[in-house]
Amino acid sequence: MSRDDRTHEVSSESKRTEGTYKAQSERAARGAVSSPSAEPAPSADSKKGHGSRARTKMVAPPNDYLVPERDALLTPVLECRHLGIDFGGLKAVDDLNLMVGKTEIAGLIGPNGAGKTTVFNLLTKVYQPTRGTILLDGQDTAGMDTARVSREGIARTFQNIRLFDSLTVEDNVKIGLHNQVECGMWSGIFRLLRYWLSEKEFHDRALELLDVFNMADHAGDIAGSLPYGAQRRLEIVRALATGPKLLLLDEPAAGMNPVETEELMDNIVKIRDDFQIAVLLIEHDMDLVMGICEGIVVLNFGKVIAKGTPEEIQANPQVVEAYLGKQD
Amino acid sequence: MMKRFKGMDKASRDTLITYALIIVAYAIMQALLSLHAISSSMVGLLVPICAYISLSISLNLVVGISGELSLGHAGFMSVGAFTGLVAAQVLAPAIPFGPLRLLVSMVIAGIFAAVAGVLVGIPVMRLQGDYLAIVTLAFGEIIKNLLNNLYVGYDGALHFSMKDVASLGMNGGKVLINGPQGAVGITELSTFTAGFLLVLFTLFVVTNLVNSRSGRAIMAVRDNRIAAESVGIDTTKYRLMAFVVAAALAGMAGALYAMNFSSIVPKKFDFNTSILILVFVVLGGMGNIRGGIIAAALLTILPEKLRFIGDYRMLIYAIVLIAVMLFSNNEQVRMAVDSMKSRFARMRDDDVIDDAAEGGEA
Repeated sequence: MSRDDRTHEVSSESKRTEGTYKAQSERAARGAVSSPSAEPAPSADSKKGHGSRARTKMVAPPNDYLVPERDALLTPVLECRHLGIDFGGLKAVDDLNLMVGKTEIAGLIGPNGAGKTTVFNLLTKVYQPTRGTILLDGQDTAGMDTARVSREGIARTFQNIRLFDSLTVEDNVKIGLHNQVECGMWSGIFRLLRYWLSEKEFHDRALELLDVFNMADHAGDIAGSLPYGAQRRLEIVRALATGPKLLLLDEPAAGMNPVETEELMDNIVKIRDDFQIAVLLIEHDMDLVMGICEGIVVLNFGKVIAKGTPEEIQANPQVVEAYLGKQD
Repeated sequence: MMKRFKGMDKASRDTLITYALIIVAYAIMQALLSLHAISSSMVGLLVPICAYISLSISLNLVVGISGELSLGHAGFMSVGAFTGLVAAQVLAPAIPFGPLRLLVSMVIAGIFAAVAGVLVGIPVMRLQGDYLAIVTLAFGEIIKNLLNNLYVGYDGALHFSMKDVASLGMNGGKVLINGPQGAVGITELSTFTAGFLLVLFTLFVVTNLVNSRSGRAIMAVRDNRIAAESVGIDTTKYRLMAFVVAAALAGMAGALYAMNFSSIVPKKFDFNTSILILVFVVLGGMGNIRGGIIAAALLTILPEKLRFIGDYRMLIYAIVLIAVMLFSNNEQVRMAVDSMKSRFARMRDDDVIDDAAEGGEA
């Protein structure tokens, strides 16, 4: 387990920010998952006591991120800082700090209504966050819309499947490849050389991707007519087709039987290995989560209540309490 | 040849059948024309039928493929009609050859209608569903009313006015568009062959667009907007693309339509015409281009054929429309058609097996 031990210099002029950090540290300590690195000692320079620096108190920023050791030296594919969104008076997500390593399979779990899907909607800019920053591969995604975020490298699947129902399986994947292969409107209408080249590339790459889930035989089927499990798999293939750096899976195993779930687990790991991308998944099937997730974040009432490895999460009393209620 | 046909995917096979249908229909009509076997009232309908078929195909791009209910298609048709007329008059000395002049005028009409499409499309594409339908309806009426007040004259240079003929300040020359009285003394350049070629061109543009990267994006937005955004498709761009291409094609059809008559008024392109085109699309099945073509042809002929019952013909027309809708949406009828289809398919499969057994090239 490696810990990101960088110390950030934060000039906290407002009491509010300081308070947030303190609460964060306390919460992390209580969670017994990770403790903040040592508070930086007051700078020796402060003795000189010129101007405003004397009044500056240095605190540690939230620093309880976990990434797999192999990703420790790489830019994390996703970093959320103090992410939050309000719906009216309700803080649906509040002060979410999250880091996903370059090739990590991470899990986002929590009881119903904890705000998991809202986090996905924030990451993909279906909702614009009220507070906080989202860094995708080190790049701030502020001001981007959903389509732009997808082009920058976040792909997702949906909890309630959203396929292009009336189109074929192959067309669904080709639409996923939309930004990977170029062919303008005029080339399409007048069937210029560009069109024939691009269509060949579309076709070849679509079948190649469908092969990941052994779905190439169903390329001509209408997507809406596929069985439920196959629709879920097709959604993953379509998301992969966009060439993402981070794949968000919203309950990929919902409605699948244990055999299918087993297959899905193998496939998620295979996707990560083959495409060298990160996966962040929401899932209620604990066999799947504990089986393949390397880092897990537990959300309850829009707040992170624990972060850690599957073993740490399973042993965490707060997580048990969130799921099962408090024991008297 | 037959094997290659069967090996194609469904979309391109459908398209080929539609092309074949149009070409065969044109050949039959030409044969009948040369035999003088059709009435003069039917001959007069040939160009309007072509124009309506073309409009039905282009509106299908918006309503069926892009999934937006547009009620202002006649507006773009009228923009094309009047720009086409003006262009044809102005170009008369430069291009004496009629068909070429018609072609150039239609292209200009298409470009102007496309510009109108962009101008209308930009605000309209902020809306969806019923709101979009209402606003397109409003824009259709706005275009009609603008044209109702437009005066255009030509005396070597073009003169425009929104007031009256006198304010055009012409010296000599000819008034091309005279406000609510529309255009008179049009050179009738449109021919059945020109109409046939326009239908082919419209079909070519729409089907090729639909079966390309852009077309898939348009259909993706129709099927699931949120999912389309999530795979990085700029939804506004592709909705606007469908809207503008359809407007351009409607403009070309409008030019063809207008140049079939010696005079035409802006009132011709009102809400009723938009609805008429929409009826073709809906009756043929939204997104079903071939169905729209057949519906356009039949529904243009029908009122003419019902003329013998006089005042009751629009009543019968409505009853036929309702009957067709009910019939084609009836579960039992659909099941019967499906079972017939599968029987045919089985018979065809048997044929293939027979062919294979005989080692013959089908």
